[in-house]
Order: sequence, then C-alpha cells, then structure tokens
Amino acid sequence: MENIAPQLYTLLVFMVIGSVVAVETKNLLSAVISVSAVGFALSVAFLFMGAPDIAITQLVVEVLVLIILIRGTILLDNTAVETHGDTLAVVASLIFFGLLLGFGAMIFGSTGFPEFGEPVMRVSRVYVQTGLPATHAANIVTSVILDFRAYDTLGEATVLFTSVIGALALLRKDGKVRREEVASA
Amino acid sequence: MKGMTIIVKTITDFVAAFIVVFGAYIVLYGHLTPGGGFAGGVIIACAFILLMLAHGREVAFARLPERAAHIMDSSGALAFLIIGWLGVTGGFFFLNVFGRGDMFRLLSSGMILPLNIAIAFKVGSSLFLVFAALAMFRRRSFRAMIEEELS
Repeated sequence: MENIAPQLYTLLVFMVIGSVVAVETKNLLSAVISVSAVGFALSVAFLFMGAPDIAITQLVVEVLVLIILIRGTILLDNTAVETHGDTLAVVASLIFFGLLLGFGAMIFGSTGFPEFGEPVMRVSRVYVQTGLPATHAANIVTSVILDFRAYDTLGEATVLFTSVIGALALLRKDGKVRREEVASA
Repeated sequence: MKGMTIIVKTITDFVAAFIVVFGAYIVLYGHLTPGGGFAGGVIIACAFILLMLAHGREVAFARLPERAAHIMDSSGALAFLIIGWLGVTGGFFFLNVFGRGDMFRLLSSGMILPLNIAIAFKVGSSLFLVFAALAMFRRRSFRAMIEEELS
C-alpha cells in the first residue's frame, strides 16, 4: 500500500479548521455548511483509506443532512446564537483530552500503533480470513455487517426505527392539543 | 406556482427516475460491490426528496403516498426481524440458512441480499417521511409558534 499520510494529514487539518469554524461562527447557515464540508472531507478520507462502502454512506447521508439542515435553518434566520465562554466546558474538554492521551499512551505506548490493515483483535482476523468462503459475499463489509454481525445491524435498525417514530410523533399535525385547551380542561 | 422554476422541474423529471435506478443497483449489488441497503435506501429517498423540493409536497406524495411510506417503513423493519427468526429453524438467531449460491453471482450469499432490500425499504421510506414532516412543520409557521412560546 502506497503512503497516503500526506493526503490524510491535509484532510485532517481541513477538517479541524472546518470544525472550529462551525463551532465559533455566529451565523447558523455558515455553521451548517462548515459541518457539511467536514463531512465531505471525511468521505474523501475514507476513500483514501480504501473504504468505499463507508465513503458512499457518508456521502449520501451528508447530502441528505445538508438538505434537511439548510431547509430547517436558512429561512429561520436565527443569527442570535449566544456565545459560550463557559469555563466549566473548557476545563471538561481539557480533562477529556488529557485522559484520552493518557490512556492512549498506556495502551499503545510500549508496542506502538498496529499496522494499517492488521487488526489487533483476533475476531476481526477471523472475519477477514473466512468472510468469502463462509458467506460467499464478494463485498466483505456486507458479509460482516449482515451475516457475522447481523444482530448488531438489527439493533441499529431498531434505533433508527424508534427515532423516526419519535420524530414523526413530535412533528405530527393531528392530535395536538393547544395550550389554552389544556388550561381550560 | 408551487415549487421551483420550470428549469428545475424539467431536469428533476428527467433525473429522478435514474436516481431511483441507481439506488436500486446500489441495494441489489450490495453484497458484490461497495454499497448496501443503507446507502441505497438513502439514495432512493433523495430522489423523492428532490421531487418534493422541486415540485412541492403534493407531487411527491402522489408518487409515494404518505401511508405507503409508513407501511414500507414498518414492513422493512419487520422483514429484517423475520429473516433473523428464519435462522432459528437452523439453530441460531440470524443464522444464514438460505442457500449461499455461487460466488460473485447476483443470487448468492444467502440472507444478505434480502436483508439489504429490507434495510433499503426501511431507511429510504423513513428518511423520506422525516423530511416531509420537517418540511410541513416549517410551513405551519414556525415563527408563529416561537412568538406564541415567547409571549
């Protein structure tokens, strides 16, 4: 595998800048577009890492989310986003990153990071080696998520189903009771 | 006139069917090429969302009625669960009891193809419904609701 580190670092810097812009900008529409730019860069990064399945999913979901968010925010014209100079949040973030670096150093400090494409866990190695003969699916990603780990995918589908039902129940038109009717009842 | 300009409407009519075909390809060949039920379902939902953006809600609901989308959403989730239970006949939940077929053929790899189709129906119709609900929600004067909330 050729060295893809320069491309990945470029995309990573772009994504970090986009995330900072998304958090710090006052305009809601700019924030939405920055988040989408980060998502598209992530999709390109997945392509460089040789994961076209994830890249396709990331791309189409990003397009859909961009449409929904712009339709939800562009006419709302809510530019009065409050600044958040909360010291507690900053301290909590710093503690979180410190813990992350500390635990990362504890786990990978002595051995170094595993090589790209060589998973640490034995079960992933079994998936990679027996995926094609066991399921006869040429795309190994589908053979993992819909055969070896179909139970996980059932959980994911349940989460999506529940959230969609909840969103439709919150946004429904029929059966809503106005506040005055509640007060008079 | 509802919706966008005549240019957008014409192009949408040309393109929407091809987007659905491409989404169906992504779903049906998910076990052979990159893609799968989730990505293909989102692409198919995007075709109907494009129709809704270009033509307005009535035209999109004429192609895919709201009730049909609800039924497809629920039956997709149910089909996923039923395919999982079919594995119990062979001993375990989600066991691949269907014939695996020849490698690299469309009809191969047992339950992966039906599961992909079930996920595509589920994801596509539910995302379409959520977008329709959000679009309707905003149309019912979101601003008025906020003012009522503030007063």
